Amino acid sequence: MNDYGVINKRAPRLDAPDKASGRAKYIDDMTMPGMLYGALLQSPIAHGRITNIDTSRAKRLPGVKAVLTAEDVGIVHYGVSPARYDETVFCHDKVRYVGDEVAAVAAVDIETAMEAVSLIKVDYEELPAVFTLEDALSQGAPVVQERYPGNLCAEVHQEFGNVEEGLRQSDLVRTDIFVNKRQDGAFLEPQGCIADFSQNGFLTLYSSTQVPHYVMRNIAMVLGIPIGKARVVKPYVGGGFGPKAGTNTMELASCFLSRKTGRPVKMNYSREQVFLFSRARHQFRHKLTTGIKKDGTIMALINECHLEGGAYASFGIATVYYAGSLLAAPYRLANMRYDGYRVYTNRPACGAQRGHGGVAARAAWEQQLDIMAKEIGMDPVEFRLKNSMETGDITCNEFNTSSFGMRECLEAVAGASRWKEKKGKMPRGKGIGIATGFFVSGAGYPIYRSETPHSTVVIKLSEDGGTAHLLTGSADIGQGSDTAMAMIAAEALGIGLDCIRVSSGDTEFGVDLGAYSSRQTLMTGHATKQAAEDVKRQVLEVVAEKLKFPISDMDVKGGVVTFKGYTPDFSSLRGTYLKEHRGFTDNPAEQGPLQFREAARIAFLSRGSIVGTGKYKPGDLGGSFKGATVGTSPAYGPSAQVVEVTVDMETGQIKVDKMTDAHDCGLAINVTSVEGQMQGSLSMGLGEALFEEVKFDAKGKILNPNFAEYKIPTALDMPNVECIIVESNEPNGPYGAKEVGEGAIMPTIPAILNAVYDATGIRVWELPLTPERVHRAIKDMEKRKE
Amino acid sequence: MKRLIKTTINGQDLELAVNPNQTLADLLRYELGLTGTKKGCEMGECGSCTVILDDRPVNSCLVLAVRADGSSITTIEGMETDSGMHPIQKAFVEKGAIQCGFCSPGMILSAKALLDKNPTPDERQIRTAISGNLCRCTGYQKIVEAISSVAQTGVKNE
Repeated sequence: MNDYGVINKRAPRLDAPDKASGRAKYIDDMTMPGMLYGALLQSPIAHGRITNIDTSRAKRLPGVKAVLTAEDVGIVHYGVSPARYDETVFCHDKVRYVGDEVAAVAAVDIETAMEAVSLIKVDYEELPAVFTLEDALSQGAPVVQERYPGNLCAEVHQEFGNVEEGLRQSDLVRTDIFVNKRQDGAFLEPQGCIADFSQNGFLTLYSSTQVPHYVMRNIAMVLGIPIGKARVVKPYVGGGFGPKAGTNTMELASCFLSRKTGRPVKMNYSREQVFLFSRARHQFRHKLTTGIKKDGTIMALINECHLEGGAYASFGIATVYYAGSLLAAPYRLANMRYDGYRVYTNRPACGAQRGHGGVAARAAWEQQLDIMAKEIGMDPVEFRLKNSMETGDITCNEFNTSSFGMRECLEAVAGASRWKEKKGKMPRGKGIGIATGFFVSGAGYPIYRSETPHSTVVIKLSEDGGTAHLLTGSADIGQGSDTAMAMIAAEALGIGLDCIRVSSGDTEFGVDLGAYSSRQTLMTGHATKQAAEDVKRQVLEVVAEKLKFPISDMDVKGGVVTFKGYTPDFSSLRGTYLKEHRGFTDNPAEQGPLQFREAARIAFLSRGSIVGTGKYKPGDLGGSFKGATVGTSPAYGPSAQVVEVTVDMETGQIKVDKMTDAHDCGLAINVTSVEGQMQGSLSMGLGEALFEEVKFDAKGKILNPNFAEYKIPTALDMPNVECIIVESNEPNGPYGAKEVGEGAIMPTIPAILNAVYDATGIRVWELPLTPERVHRAIKDMEKRKE
Repeated sequence: MKRLIKTTINGQDLELAVNPNQTLADLLRYELGLTGTKKGCEMGECGSCTVILDDRPVNSCLVLAVRADGSSITTIEGMETDSGMHPIQKAFVEKGAIQCGFCSPGMILSAKALLDKNPTPDERQIRTAISGNLCRCTGYQKIVEAISSVAQTGVKNE
């Protein structure tokens, strides 16, 4: 047990009352005087050369204030990774997917803007297109990006240990191929933004983003203005899960339109445009060859992965590395080879989504290992326990697990689900399955090469001493980081949570790389803790001077200054405070202990505004081989899951009955939020496993860009989850905390796959597990038996 | 040509001139400033724009504003009373049923419509009642817990 006063408990979210009452302002809830409305013209074809753009009719339409094409805004390449800046705001030479952006309009209202878009005439010379990995990689295939003939956006070749030797020493070697499907982020709030370039050459962009910092850099770079004149503000954001972690076309287009018109410009994606912009989960094809010994020891893994990535790189370089590096744990694995290929096609660009790059790999390998455990006659839980890494283990690709409760997670889910009583004993059509996974607690390196702190935090005490105002550029997109930071600040300052006010998501507040790679609790948390400690030190320094009491024997707890040994006479300080607060009804009791707010007020009187700062940058981490930065993190969060399913043997319909999940988050800052991340992760994993698939027609157009035909889990699909929080006390985390937001999704798909096998005897190697696919697999199995 | 309608929104009688092609969601959000009603898809699929129209939860993006003529509408802004948040709202806050919050207003109104009709629903009935309200963040569990907690305490819904 610990004696924390604020953290490691359940706290209602700071933002929840605003959100429950409808007061919370999201981007489309905002409006500005004189605001114009923007709309995008997007390509109707998958691949074509632009031969002419005629905007004259659009410009003549009454109410239209600006029409912009590549000719107007210029051609500055940008993207996510500087090594693959392959996007421009508007297409200038050709369009590369159905939805590629060609022009933008600003008008007095959205109807006029959309009408103007329809009046822009673009002549295309249609080009042959490539939509699949096979097409894109075939000899003489049409080229999507001219700088990348052969359509290879990025390739990775890594070998750790000696794979051939590892396979030679294996008693059982098996190869399988696994395919997932493109997933959509399906966050409830479509992206939107308002650009305001009307303030003396200073640009403010309000945007539904996960990464204000990176968007600020991109808009400054593409508009050609100093970074210091660009500001990005994130209002409340309705979910992101990865696709909002890069700059989108609207963000740039609205800035250009605002600069051109001198008025604020609002733009929104429709739900269809959210699908078109995509930047969500890639389609992965993994070919895995694994060798194990008879006693269950995993000896070697060969992982070959092809990613269908769409027309632009987006996060793809990181994705292709993650698809390899994230199999190096949570099992001891000395020998691993990885060959990854991220391929351009004429489809919307894929990017990062919860469990970035590792979800399909995890699904494939956990299913394969399950088969191999059975082949050597070992229980799936025993097999995993035997191979589990433990705290202090370093992976073959040099990930250092400074805390790693994998074993504890496995034992917890096996126990809570009553695995031993159920496994192999359930009737036909009912099954139980297990899988594990892990994820990083923040990328160890920024997306652009830099020595920048990953997070800076400022805490300013109000001059009356009663409130600590926490300022951070970090992005609460729904996961609850603002509340977690407030709790960390309150804990470190020794004051109540109700004395903390958080302002976040604004690049003016400092550098924070944002909400991606499950980084904020650890990284922003460190900076927050440091800033709070800085504030506390400054206040106590003044008290120490005034009372001639050693600062080392003072602390703040429960909103009160504590003294070790004896309590010095602080009546002069109290006298000063009370003198200033005649008539106030909440003054400290005359005989009571010295309140922090009194001390903070005295400190202000002595020193002026009390401002504390904190910063965090990971130390030197990981290996030095090419790509070592992807997957390298200060800490890793493992998890294990048991899923129970019912499969209708006639129709192939799967129902997930129960999920038991254990996750090692180091230390839960807010217990309720940790459970929320676990339950939400499992829901997204269940969706990808059972029904989510972005489908295309033969010409590259999305067939199901809506929630009727692209189905995500409803309240009727998602069972209750038994959440077990494992706390391993991470030495590199603030108060021992590390990630939970993405690691929890890792075991979901394979646990479902393994449960379906247990129920039916079928192994399915292609997602999603639609009734049709499962039915066919059952029929095939029955035929083979005959 | 705008049409004149008479409607009651959150207990307030209003006379409004609306365009015949305007949706109720747009009327609420852009004309009346009731932005607590969210638009997630504008096709009646996500439930973020749920409001209560004459005791029934509806997707306000699929309802034309003129249809509100003679009707009574409750939006999320109408849930609070002089004594503060409605018990369902309080439960959502306390149980951690809110993450990004975009689905919350619609979810809360679907819950209210259910509890107004059936003050003691079982879990299946709760899940069915909110099955038209998509949530990508929570996995629904804490939402169901929040609604159950209000149902069990037998709090009357105003």
